[in-house]
Amino acid sequence: MKVQDIFQETYNALSANKARSGLTILGIVIGIGSVIAMVSIGQGASGQIQSSIEGLGSNLLTVMPGVIQPGRGIVSSGRGSAQTLKNEDIEVLRQISGVAYISPEVQRRFQIVAGGNNTNSTIIGVEPDYAPVRNISPGAGSFITEAQVRSLGRVAVLGPTVAQDLFGEGNDPVGKTIRINRVNFKVIGVLQSKGSAGFFNPDDTVFVPLTTMQKILVGDDSLSTIAISVQSKDLMPQVQEEATAMLIAKHRVDPQSPDFSIVSQADILGTLTQVTDTFTIFLAAVAGISLIVGGIGIMNMMLTTVTERTREIGLRKAIGAKKKDISMQFLAEAVALTFLGGAAGVALGWTISFLVTSFTGLVTQVSLQAVILAFGVSAAIGIIFGYYPARRAASLNPIEALRYE
Amino acid sequence: MENLWQSWVLLVPANQLSCTSSVVWIRPQAENIFDNKDISKLSDNELADIRMKKIGFVFQSFNLLPRATVLRNVMLPLVYAGISKEERENQAREALRGATLPEDFWNHYSNQLSGGMMQRVAIARALVNNPMLVLADEPTGNLDTKTGEMVLDTFQRLHQEQGRTIVLITHEPYVAEHAERIINIRDGSIVEDGKVKNRRVINNHNHNAK
Repeated sequence: MKVQDIFQETYNALSANKARSGLTILGIVIGIGSVIAMVSIGQGASGQIQSSIEGLGSNLLTVMPGVIQPGRGIVSSGRGSAQTLKNEDIEVLRQISGVAYISPEVQRRFQIVAGGNNTNSTIIGVEPDYAPVRNISPGAGSFITEAQVRSLGRVAVLGPTVAQDLFGEGNDPVGKTIRINRVNFKVIGVLQSKGSAGFFNPDDTVFVPLTTMQKILVGDDSLSTIAISVQSKDLMPQVQEEATAMLIAKHRVDPQSPDFSIVSQADILGTLTQVTDTFTIFLAAVAGISLIVGGIGIMNMMLTTVTERTREIGLRKAIGAKKKDISMQFLAEAVALTFLGGAAGVALGWTISFLVTSFTGLVTQVSLQAVILAFGVSAAIGIIFGYYPARRAASLNPIEALRYE
Repeated sequence: MENLWQSWVLLVPANQLSCTSSVVWIRPQAENIFDNKDISKLSDNELADIRMKKIGFVFQSFNLLPRATVLRNVMLPLVYAGISKEERENQAREALRGATLPEDFWNHYSNQLSGGMMQRVAIARALVNNPMLVLADEPTGNLDTKTGEMVLDTFQRLHQEQGRTIVLITHEPYVAEHAERIINIRDGSIVEDGKVKNRRVINNHNHNAK
């Protein structure tokens, strides 16, 4: 039996009972479609997290005061309350080779007033290197300069959200005055909008010179973070190790329990992708169940077909069809069902993820990998669930089959 | 099978119908020589090959594919024989002419035909592979006398004009008398075997009559 004859027979058989074939295909369409849609939502989420973490700055190490308990992640450590990082630590870190920029930061929330408006926002004391390290740039005006840091300049750069809260949309705040914690600051720039990144939204922030922050607003010389930008990705483990060793020596603490911790971007990314991966697997598993149900639908239909067409099978055998011909014919029908279902399912999944993006704003990402996987799974389902009915058809005794009523 | 070029009839009781065909289809118990081969020792695939190339079957209930045209039904055995599309159609047309089915009906669906026509399609299907033997299992059982005669006429003409060997199983003496030789089987054993003395010959070779 030639391949094109098998196609012809399959087409005739499936089109003979369009409603039943259509419903069976629908089972697979829903299964494949939901797998694709769910995986695309999961992958979109993890892709978004990844890009926003990378948006915080590339090849970044973050030194934080206090201890991160192993296995407890970066959230629960009471960081910020410890005051173990000092200005002199920066000089130590600058000696490490492979470091591109170092950005010491002091972060605290204050009430900000401008004209009649006031808002509560995060104030960060920074040096000029903050901009390249954190990957930000001013949309209007300029960023904090070295001279302003040295002279305790009372200048501020606003994040776009803060600027809008204080001055309203469309008004240029540059040159205006704001009051942070009852101290006057002149606005010298507004940042470009970047969007939220994990736990931190750079848009809802005000930047002032580090020295001004420490001496005027906070009143001590501790740092809340030191961000280290490393020259290349390969150097990161090495720099992390060296920085740990040097800070332990500088602080004279037990190497087993340092009073600071260094977190690399990869660590944060790893934790978050673990979360989104679990999420994706969960969604895919739920969708996968509907795929299996669809497969059972195929098997059910094929078994019904074999019973219905018992006489036809008997006849085919009587006129010379071999076992192989019969089983190929029925297997081809099952695979054709799943193949059609798979193709329509990919289209459906794609449409769903597109609709999800356009209605909810969730980023979705249909990967080629997921499409190929879904197609492979549907073909496999056709073969697995079609094999038993096909074999049953092929092993029918021709005489019994012809006499079947 | 020494006396191949004969048209003969197995006259058997109704409950033993198709015992002859069983011998060919399933693995027979005893030694069975067909075409100089012991078919009791052949594999399933070899038996399928014999069914495909050497034997044509005609059934009481026609067994045509209902949603297929007459031509496609007749071509079906050739599909399994792996013959090219054009060649299939030529052979099918020839077989349909041999089975005296008017050409107007060749593109009809098989379930649109009358019983007599369906049986002639089935005969054409049995002939399309040029088999050395045609086995007919009560081919007139589902037909009225007039249509049945038309089918018997077709068999007689195939035997006379093309020299085909036809084994027809029936329990009606009237049908049996159309053959040259009758083998009477009762309870599985031959009780009588002989030439037909007053053989009925249908001379009404009017192809287009219903």
